[in-house]
Amino acid sequence: MDITSTTPVLAIGVSLVAAILIPLSRRRPNLRETWTILAAVIKFLLVASMAPEVLRGNTLSFSLWTIAPGLSIAFRVDALAEVFGLTASFLWIVTSFYSIGYVRAENEHAQTRYFTFFAVALSATLGAAFSANMLTTFVFYEILTLSTFPLVGHKQTTEALQGARKYLTYLLGTSLTFLMAALVLTYHEAGTLEFGPEGVFGGNVSRTVVTVAFVLFILGVAKAAMMPLHGWLPAAMVAPTPVSALLHAVAVVKTGVFVVVRVVVHLFGIEVLSQAGLGTLLVWYASFTIIVASLIALRQDNLKRRLAYSTVSQLSYIVLGAALLTPSGITGSVLHIAIHAFGKITLFFGAGAIYVATHKTLVSELDGIGRRMPFTMGAFTLATLSMIGVPPLAGLVSKWYLVQGAIEADTWPVLLVLGTSTLLNAGYFLPIVYRAFFVAPTRSAGGREEAGIHEAPVLMVTSLCVTATGVVLLFFAPSIFLDLARLVVGALPGGAG
Amino acid sequence: MNEPQLTPLPLLLVFIPLASAVMTPLLARIHRSLAALTAQVVTAVSFVLACVLLDRVAEVGRVVYWLGNWEPPFGIEYSVDMLNGIVLVLVSFIGVVVSVFARESVASEIDEEKHPFFYAMFLLLFTGSMGIVVTGDIFNLYVFVEISSLSGYTLIAMGRNREALTASYNYLILGTIGATFILLGIGHLYMMTGTLNMADLAKLLPPLYKSRVILTAFALFTVGLSIKLALFPLHVWMPNAYTHAPSAVSSLLAATGTKVAAYVLLRVMFTVFHPNFDLNVIPVTRILLVLASIAILAGSMLAIAQTNLKRMLAYSSVGQIGYIVLGAMLVNRTGMTGALVHIVNHALMKGTLFLAAGAIVYKTGVETVEGLKGMGRKMPVTMAAFTVAALSMVGVPLTVGFVSKWYLALGALDAGMWYLLVVILASSGLNAIYFWRVVDWIYFARPSKELESVPAGEVPWSMLVPTIVTAGLCILLGVQADLPVSLAEQAAGLLVGGAH
Repeated sequence: MDITSTTPVLAIGVSLVAAILIPLSRRRPNLRETWTILAAVIKFLLVASMAPEVLRGNTLSFSLWTIAPGLSIAFRVDALAEVFGLTASFLWIVTSFYSIGYVRAENEHAQTRYFTFFAVALSATLGAAFSANMLTTFVFYEILTLSTFPLVGHKQTTEALQGARKYLTYLLGTSLTFLMAALVLTYHEAGTLEFGPEGVFGGNVSRTVVTVAFVLFILGVAKAAMMPLHGWLPAAMVAPTPVSALLHAVAVVKTGVFVVVRVVVHLFGIEVLSQAGLGTLLVWYASFTIIVASLIALRQDNLKRRLAYSTVSQLSYIVLGAALLTPSGITGSVLHIAIHAFGKITLFFGAGAIYVATHKTLVSELDGIGRRMPFTMGAFTLATLSMIGVPPLAGLVSKWYLVQGAIEADTWPVLLVLGTSTLLNAGYFLPIVYRAFFVAPTRSAGGREEAGIHEAPVLMVTSLCVTATGVVLLFFAPSIFLDLARLVVGALPGGAG
Repeated sequence: MNEPQLTPLPLLLVFIPLASAVMTPLLARIHRSLAALTAQVVTAVSFVLACVLLDRVAEVGRVVYWLGNWEPPFGIEYSVDMLNGIVLVLVSFIGVVVSVFARESVASEIDEEKHPFFYAMFLLLFTGSMGIVVTGDIFNLYVFVEISSLSGYTLIAMGRNREALTASYNYLILGTIGATFILLGIGHLYMMTGTLNMADLAKLLPPLYKSRVILTAFALFTVGLSIKLALFPLHVWMPNAYTHAPSAVSSLLAATGTKVAAYVLLRVMFTVFHPNFDLNVIPVTRILLVLASIAILAGSMLAIAQTNLKRMLAYSSVGQIGYIVLGAMLVNRTGMTGALVHIVNHALMKGTLFLAAGAIVYKTGVETVEGLKGMGRKMPVTMAAFTVAALSMVGVPLTVGFVSKWYLALGALDAGMWYLLVVILASSGLNAIYFWRVVDWIYFARPSKELESVPAGEVPWSMLVPTIVTAGLCILLGVQADLPVSLAEQAAGLLVGGAH
């Protein structure tokens, strides 16, 4: 059943209100930060308040306005949207605390701008998550790109601005050309851009058109960071770490893969794609990215860059799951949106904590850091193990479903891809853990600071412990996300869940 | 369709500015400030009248006025339907915006004793533009083309630098060639049909479509109007003219000048001649599609290479005119809707950009693109307006640029020409390059030494408000495009409703 409700709009709007209040309180940092926290909490509560209805199998929708005939801005919260919405809005609360700790410890400049655009970016993320049609998705996708540009280039050094420009070139360039073309083509052929379990194409559409439109969609969504359109993500690592954590492990990249999943499942529909053989094509494309990105990650010494390439690889898990076009594959894909978010944000939080406490950015500098930052590195280790898929951590759950999905789809080589990737994950994550805990710290010139515990500010450490706890909890109780993922599958034509 | 309604409204749109233009130097003798005030009041009155007229047109379909009460085809007829109704509202609106902006801007750029003549010429340019649009008589149209062109040359020559004189002279030469082509075209048509009334011509021409004289006339019109329109490769007069003209003049010309020429092209090609003529008798739509595509790409690429801000905007216009022509030459309703909406939308975007450029010159004297580095701190409001318009040029959703591109792209697909999609969207990418570079500099680059010394602060309200209004419309009509789109669709129906 479809219920008309303003809650989706309020959930999107609350951080926009914050984005107005934050610059107004720029002279009083504590008040300013209160707005961020308040908006984050209210946003999460609003999103969470929709969960019971969604779990009952209903959707909440609201049609905001129409730009011109056929171009409407409308929202609908279904199970898929709720998974992403819950993840992003919950992690925003955690990141807000972490951000406050980070920018104050680092004494960053332009903090007002930072928090303002952060709030706008979160509105855009939820807008993309909750959109009822592809046009609305497109609108918020672009707002997200533009609002995160000042965050990526925050430091305003030459390097930061170059990274930000690369970021914008990739994201805006591909979306205004390929994605826009895909939208126009789809609308022209189907007459609508409305998401639905059956897809928009009513069966009598030529295979060529479907193929072209689909390829344009995949190329247009560079936020999904599929190779070779991934270059912006490592470049965006010049951003302050909380930005990398929330935006480039959760909001921005997840918006990318979320859009891909939406396009696969609700715009084209799995039947149209499997008839055209496009699912298989996407499976191989995603597999390619998974393996190659992992190989590149092995060679990165900069911790954040290593994490970035790991993200590139993990994002393609989500794409891969959806592209399998089987119930378990899609379940795994949806679950991985949430599970990877918790894991990767913990890793980035860890990298940021290390930076704030010691100003170290390279993996090779991390010898013995585990003794000095036991909480940070403990959480970090949990997250790496989850990424690899070690029980009892959440990463295993989504991987399990992906494996099942591959078996259902009868594409055995995918198992090989997943297996290889697991090994590679271990290959680039475990050395960090090993260095941190089992290699004795090198004697630096000062030598004074080598003893005792020296953690990052308490706000930061708490935040990363919270997300690390999430990684553990999601293994034992993935119920809400699992139920939602099953609902996504259950709503599909012929999908028994 | 209903009988056309007879009212003097169309005449007033021409008569009031014409009479006031003559009066302006006299009024200025009473008090200096009256010249600018006259321009503001006259354009404002025209805008209101144009809105009333458009409302009337929406009701009855067509509104006419017979000069001297001579019935057409014998006398001059002013005839307004949905197509020119929209353009009239647009031109008069931009007229208001620019004349409000002009007072301070002109005061800083032009010697004081020339002000009365500036506003007289400004109003003549306005008269000419309104006249071209309102008239239903093709010779009368030529007269107004000359009025607007001559006053345009004069206004451009009033620019701050000496280059303004050469720019004006170049435009004079090319503009005169263009006007001559148009006049010759009119002569050929008259020779064959014995009438100058456009509606009458439309009736008499079809049996003569195979005549070589008519084909010649059509060719003359196409070339002449392409010069006026600055359609690539006949655009060479435009960059210099826009660059060196006084800021207010650049804004007015960029927002309305080429739009009026585009209107005439559509009027001649699709109502005086039948769309089937363009499609089947000679392949002119194909030729213009190719030229428009080249214009779109070349204009954007040339814009990337520019170092002068106004020149960059001018080259950008070359590309944008390509969009308008491209949409129209698809000869289907969606494409035509896109073209017409883009006439309005581009006027708003480019108007905003030129007004902002004028404000920058007023405040800081900066004319180069690089000079904008760090400008975001100095003039935050103006630069916000500039950014909005720049994003709109790129085609970001929720701005007018997106709406135009949407209809143009859909129109290309409707016409079965998917490859034009490549052109339209490639240019989005190119626009993003040169506009984002500027936006990036405005907000994230360090200001140059000269700019450092300029205190932060905005231009006077009378300059700021027009810029904000046009920038606001770039968003408003991008968020809620029902009105312009539905009007444009009706007008498109008039133009290509009977095609194929």
